[in-house]
Amino acid sequence: MPAALPVNRGHLMTQTRALTTPIGRRILPYAMLSPAVVVTLVIVFLPMLQAMWMSLHDYVLFRPKSFDFVGLDNFSKALADPVFWISLRHTVLWIALTVPAQMLLGLITALLLNQQFPWRGLARALVIIPWALPSVVIALMWVWIYDSNFGVLNDFLLRLNLISHSIPWLADPDTALYAIVLTLTWQGFPFFAVMILAGMQAIPSSYYEAAAIDGASSLRQFWHITLPGISGVLLTATLLRVIWVANSIDVIFVMTGGGPGYTTYTLPLYAFIKARTGLDYGYGSALAVCFTILLLGFVILYLRRAGKNIG
Amino acid sequence: MMVRNRSLIRRLLTVDLPMLAVLAFTLAPYLWMALTSITEKSRLFTEGPSLAGATLANYTRLFNTVGFGTNLLDSFIVAGGTVIVGLSLSVTAAYAFSRFRFRGRRLMMLQFLLVNMFPLVLLILPLFILMKTLGLVDTYLALIIANSTVAIPFSVWMMTSYIDAIPRSLDEAAMTDGCTRLGALWRVILPLCMPGIIATAVYIFITAWNEYLYALTLGGRNVKTITVAIQTLIGEYEVEWGLLTAGGIIGAMPATVMFLFVQKRLIAGMTQGAVKG
Repeated sequence: MPAALPVNRGHLMTQTRALTTPIGRRILPYAMLSPAVVVTLVIVFLPMLQAMWMSLHDYVLFRPKSFDFVGLDNFSKALADPVFWISLRHTVLWIALTVPAQMLLGLITALLLNQQFPWRGLARALVIIPWALPSVVIALMWVWIYDSNFGVLNDFLLRLNLISHSIPWLADPDTALYAIVLTLTWQGFPFFAVMILAGMQAIPSSYYEAAAIDGASSLRQFWHITLPGISGVLLTATLLRVIWVANSIDVIFVMTGGGPGYTTYTLPLYAFIKARTGLDYGYGSALAVCFTILLLGFVILYLRRAGKNIG
Repeated sequence: MMVRNRSLIRRLLTVDLPMLAVLAFTLAPYLWMALTSITEKSRLFTEGPSLAGATLANYTRLFNTVGFGTNLLDSFIVAGGTVIVGLSLSVTAAYAFSRFRFRGRRLMMLQFLLVNMFPLVLLILPLFILMKTLGLVDTYLALIIANSTVAIPFSVWMMTSYIDAIPRSLDEAAMTDGCTRLGALWRVILPLCMPGIIATAVYIFITAWNEYLYALTLGGRNVKTITVAIQTLIGEYEVEWGLLTAGGIIGAMPATVMFLFVQKRLIAGMTQGAVKG
């Protein structure tokens, strides 16, 4: 009985403490959060609401006085706009080509970096460089590589006799989009590599030892241990990349500006150009809202996965 | 010995060689740009980029006639300002997320994550209108605010994960010794997560430094960051690839160097969340 007493007392004490938690302490977390929350509300969520509001109006910047409510007119205009559909098709194609290419190359790189070799640390440090470069610089150097007269790519392929004459990669409607896809693959695969590598290193090495004792080949080990082990990371990284690749328009904007014609337009780029050069903020906002709605599925999937991790 | 040699050759063929190929793909564009930037103007279009007769003429021209110096300064002010705003606003929030369990915590954390997922186009249009109304277009403040839309949520998440790694018993010890909550945060927790703070700061700096679309839309004649300057260069000196690539090298330099210094810690912080899932 004496032994139980302190426990009981401790229990009682925490109870009374919970009941009498001073109000100051209860609002402390909210007070500490408020600077960040208030600022994001003002600079992110309010502008976003404003964008939605603008999308319901006829708002062209060179006629700033007229801000007429037009309901969903901008949206029906988009649905009837052939460029909208072209851009949408490119957006899908753009994601469907770039993300798997990044993932595959990232997976191969991660597998290599997960092996034992003397210069592993150096290789890991160097592989991530593209990730830290400004998009504008990336665009610049790839425009130089693709240059039709003096570009190293044409030079290289000509020497190997793979092509018979120089190809203007970025000016040719048939190749422009794919050329940019390659650039973005280059920019984004290190991210996958790093994420996948972290996932691989979280797999206990005892799994591989057991499999090796049982005589499993390295291919089978990869299939039955590595792949299931990294599937979570792979899914998270893919979702993040889909959202990120879909959103990224700076590389395209600098490399081709959407051209030639509309061949490298994606939906967010179309919205941006519409507002920037057309000054049509109403229609541009409507396009941006459409794009956001289409992207929302991926965002929700990602948030649900991330939400599970919050302890 | 034979077996050892054979396994070494096998490793060379299956690991070292493919790794070299991947690295070649990764670094070649960058090295090609660097090589082009030091090639003499007259040689570039006759013999192509080469190390023979290397010159720094393009770099001096970049600073003397093109005026890259002021662009670099603009980028420094914008990126530095974003670091200060991003960090100072997020430290207390990260501490609250890490140390307290309160109503709406999950929702608020997800809200910060959600912010980073929103398309930039959706934000850039209203932000431009907002800055125009406030008369802030073409000021440092406009760019710092715009970059903070990305920096604050990112920094809240990173800092939360770094503070999570510091045992709670330390806060309690500090408070037993008479510190207030904020005192414990300021005197005990923050010094301990200095490496994390530095990594976060570097990441914010790099993203703000590399940012282009906000800088293009909200900047102007007075505030012209390095990325916008490079893009203008492409338009103005269309075929002068020596000068253009020199601009690229300079523009990428600060971010790349800083990144190489903190990459280990940064990557640890960023992949942590993903690995758990």
